[in-house]
Amino acid sequence: MEIAGHSLHRLRDRLVEGIDGPLFALALALTAIGLAALYSASYENAARVAAQFGNLAVALVAMWLVAQIPPQTLLRLAVPAYAVALALLLGVALAGEVVHGARRWLNLGIGRFQPSEMMKIAMPLMLAWYFHRREGSIRLRDFALAAVLLAVPVLLVARQPDLGTALLIAAAGFYVIFFAGLSWKVLAGLAVTALAALLPLWGMLHDYQRRRIHTLLDPTEDPLGAGYHIIQSTIAVGSGGITGKGWLNGSQTHLEFIPERATDFIFAVYSEEFGLVGNLVLLALYALLIGRGLSIAAQAPTMFTRLLAGAVTLTLFTYAFVNMGMVAGILPVVGVPLPFISYGGTALATLYIGIGILMSIYRHRKLVQS
Amino acid sequence: MRFAELRNTQGELRDFQLRLGFAGFVVLAAFGLLLARFIWLQVLQHDAYRAKADENRIAVVPLAPSRGLILDRNGEVLARNTLAYTLEVFPAQVNDLEATIAELAEYVDIQPRDRARFRKLLQETRNSESLPIRTRLSEEEVARIAANRWRFIGVDIRARLFRQYPHGDIGSHVLGYIGRVTTRDQERLEELGEAANYRGTDYIGKSGIESSYQQELHGITGFERVEIDAAGRGIRTLSSKASQPGSNIALTIDVRLQEVAERAFGERRGALVAIEPASGGVLAFVSMPGYDPNLFVDGIDPSSWDALNSSPDLPLNNRAIAGLYPPGSTFKPFMALAALELGKRTPRTTIHDPGYFVFGDRRFRDSKPGGHGAVDLYKSIVKSSDTYYYMLANDLGIDAIAGFMQRFGFGARTGIDLEGEATGILPSPEWKLARYKRPEQQKWYAGETISIGIGQGYNAYTPAQLAQAMATLANNGAMFKPRLVSHVDNTRTGERRTLEPQLVRQLPLKPEHVEFIKHAMGGVTREGTGARAFAGAQYSSGGKTGTAQVVALKQNEKYDESKVAERLRDHSLYIAFAPLESPQIALAVLVENGGFGARAAAPIARTVLDYFLLGKLPAAAKRPAQVLEPDTDAESD
Repeated sequence: MEIAGHSLHRLRDRLVEGIDGPLFALALALTAIGLAALYSASYENAARVAAQFGNLAVALVAMWLVAQIPPQTLLRLAVPAYAVALALLLGVALAGEVVHGARRWLNLGIGRFQPSEMMKIAMPLMLAWYFHRREGSIRLRDFALAAVLLAVPVLLVARQPDLGTALLIAAAGFYVIFFAGLSWKVLAGLAVTALAALLPLWGMLHDYQRRRIHTLLDPTEDPLGAGYHIIQSTIAVGSGGITGKGWLNGSQTHLEFIPERATDFIFAVYSEEFGLVGNLVLLALYALLIGRGLSIAAQAPTMFTRLLAGAVTLTLFTYAFVNMGMVAGILPVVGVPLPFISYGGTALATLYIGIGILMSIYRHRKLVQS
Repeated sequence: MRFAELRNTQGELRDFQLRLGFAGFVVLAAFGLLLARFIWLQVLQHDAYRAKADENRIAVVPLAPSRGLILDRNGEVLARNTLAYTLEVFPAQVNDLEATIAELAEYVDIQPRDRARFRKLLQETRNSESLPIRTRLSEEEVARIAANRWRFIGVDIRARLFRQYPHGDIGSHVLGYIGRVTTRDQERLEELGEAANYRGTDYIGKSGIESSYQQELHGITGFERVEIDAAGRGIRTLSSKASQPGSNIALTIDVRLQEVAERAFGERRGALVAIEPASGGVLAFVSMPGYDPNLFVDGIDPSSWDALNSSPDLPLNNRAIAGLYPPGSTFKPFMALAALELGKRTPRTTIHDPGYFVFGDRRFRDSKPGGHGAVDLYKSIVKSSDTYYYMLANDLGIDAIAGFMQRFGFGARTGIDLEGEATGILPSPEWKLARYKRPEQQKWYAGETISIGIGQGYNAYTPAQLAQAMATLANNGAMFKPRLVSHVDNTRTGERRTLEPQLVRQLPLKPEHVEFIKHAMGGVTREGTGARAFAGAQYSSGGKTGTAQVVALKQNEKYDESKVAERLRDHSLYIAFAPLESPQIALAVLVENGGFGARAAAPIARTVLDYFLLGKLPAAAKRPAQVLEPDTDAESD
């Protein structure tokens, strides 16, 4: 009895080892909200929720495994991970499968795989590794090189075309560069250049991307087509009011006015049913999660872990901000999921791997002091 | 140095902390912005949005327009719409599809092919819409389902318009067929910005005119504002905007001529393109075998689809624009014209044809053993001397041949208003250089030019190209783009858009040269290789027989038709125009594995011309044009 109890204790200790309580609790709370919203969005389809539970199980295992990997090992994995992800992206560009008009998938025989998801993690790893190596003598040309390492995969993904994922990868890389200390003057210069570059960029956009931006400016222009998403999602949010219409009672959702209501537009479902109060809860949970991430970054012992933790945390923020902004009608419609809430296995796994990285960094905050 | 680096590191750390703080500030600011937006939407504008959400009890239901008709040049209907009842299932609302279908089968007849077709549709169509499990229900079946309607969720009976092709497989390669809008079509429509206009549309053109004039045929989707209850069911219609039906498409094709031409082929494979030389309007466009486009209308069942795809006769293959064949001796009139235009021959130049032409250590055989003796330009066409054209090709050289033939449209898409046209191969040193990888293959050998002269070698053109070249010659060098549509009628406004003839180019040919070639082609039908097929014709016509090798013969080997497997037999060709003086029709006929041009292809041309010029139907309308036994003199072509 005692031996059994003892080994059970040891198993429990082993399982919780390296798991950061606050991070884990916040992520799980968000996921729970997501499951509730999904149940409503899928019209009380238990099978859909069960599928997301399955996705969650996989994601948790991935998080646990990553949390066990010490940052030194992550450091060694950075270059190979980046190289493999880049090679796979090239593979997609040359021989990828076209689904829904976009070349995003690679068929590896065991199933379709979206290398751009891998790049979301590999990109900050790679850039953090690079600046870590150059620690103490970082110059402007290091930033230039980092920009190239960033630009190549981003352009490959944008060309697929997958603007949403390209944006997230670009953001992840940019955050590393920002935290590595790119001078404020250069940053300001970049901001001005970016604004100036908007015009020629407009010409490079696909027709449908252009229409989405048009639609943002005047959604009523095309009520049967692209403007429909934004009109309906803002109506859902606005009609939710302060306290919401109640779980499973959103008329916008249940009369099928919300498109893609289980994935990119799930926030409209949540916001309609839980109102401003629910939105405040959600914003608070994200803010706490991001705050925890930034505090882990502040305590991180090495250049590599600092940059990585900072970038992973701010990427989470980007996801949340872009998605909610899109649903609320202040940002254009780009395919970015709401972190921990939107339905989808790959995105959930990528998010929990990010959490696992933060946990690993936090756990080894003192051990690696060089 | 190390001290400096350490100080740097300290500085970098301080800077990092600062930046973290800045990031935290940005996060708060961004969330503050979101919060402000939420307050705007959910508190300040709440009443307005609440009203909109209530109004949203009003659903906008698209009303699909009815598809335009396709008519022939005399107004005969080739494609129309008929009303029929379908039994439809909404996959999204049904938990167990198999069980529901099994239950439905107790009330209506559901065959395994219906199930198979349903599964196929389920896989390839966009979701959240209803799919037919049975089409064309009888009145009794409708009544039975209606009486038991309450038993089923996600099942409905709908009256729908179905495409119907009253002439069956006649003209199938012109009309093409329609099919359900697949996810791939949907993506293309989104790229075109047409997705909203197709919201109620289930079917879209997949090939032929149905596809190339899809935009015109489709029309404009209307919508209906319907009040719906909390469960999403329609209560009453509040207002509606009617859909605008698609335009009617009038073809240049004469369906009776088309039918005569298709019947003339019988069971044989091949193609025929007949063009009005002065406009480029296509009078008949045949690719045999065809298929019944009615099969595709409500989703083709997998077994019929497999049968069409696996048939060795390739019925879905549009041979007239996508099939590539060597022109054989039908190339000779164009070679002869090149000789006159480029000053390499005059009508009086005579050569001696011993039955072969020697080039280097190779002997090019004439198809007539012993040769034709003394041959001038007229006789070279009428009797189809190979030796004459071996020599001519050698004298002209490949660059001159390619340059001349290119202007007649050989080796270039004609631009006909159908999709899937092949380019063909106009052989030239440049083409070979681009086509092959290894240097020894890239080089053009002078010996290769010789067989180009009789339409063999690398030559490969579509029957449509051949017909266009014939029409251009008949029209004294004025080349028109072939087209199948004469006008598009907007049925709503009554507006008619006539598609004007499009002159591609005017070839600067000397009239006496063109006259001479036409005269010689007339000789073909009077005293040459086409004389038997055109014996007793009550009109004058010009023509040229052709035989295209499918397998290359070795030197000194004689082609013996009886010994060659059917699929390896030569292709039979004939090009023609009529009447000789003022041509109203120019055509090209190809019969796959038909043997000599004079035997299989020329009689088909005769049948078509007889009908077109005299209104004369073939003796036994159902029987294919008779196959002539070769006479020894006509055999060489």
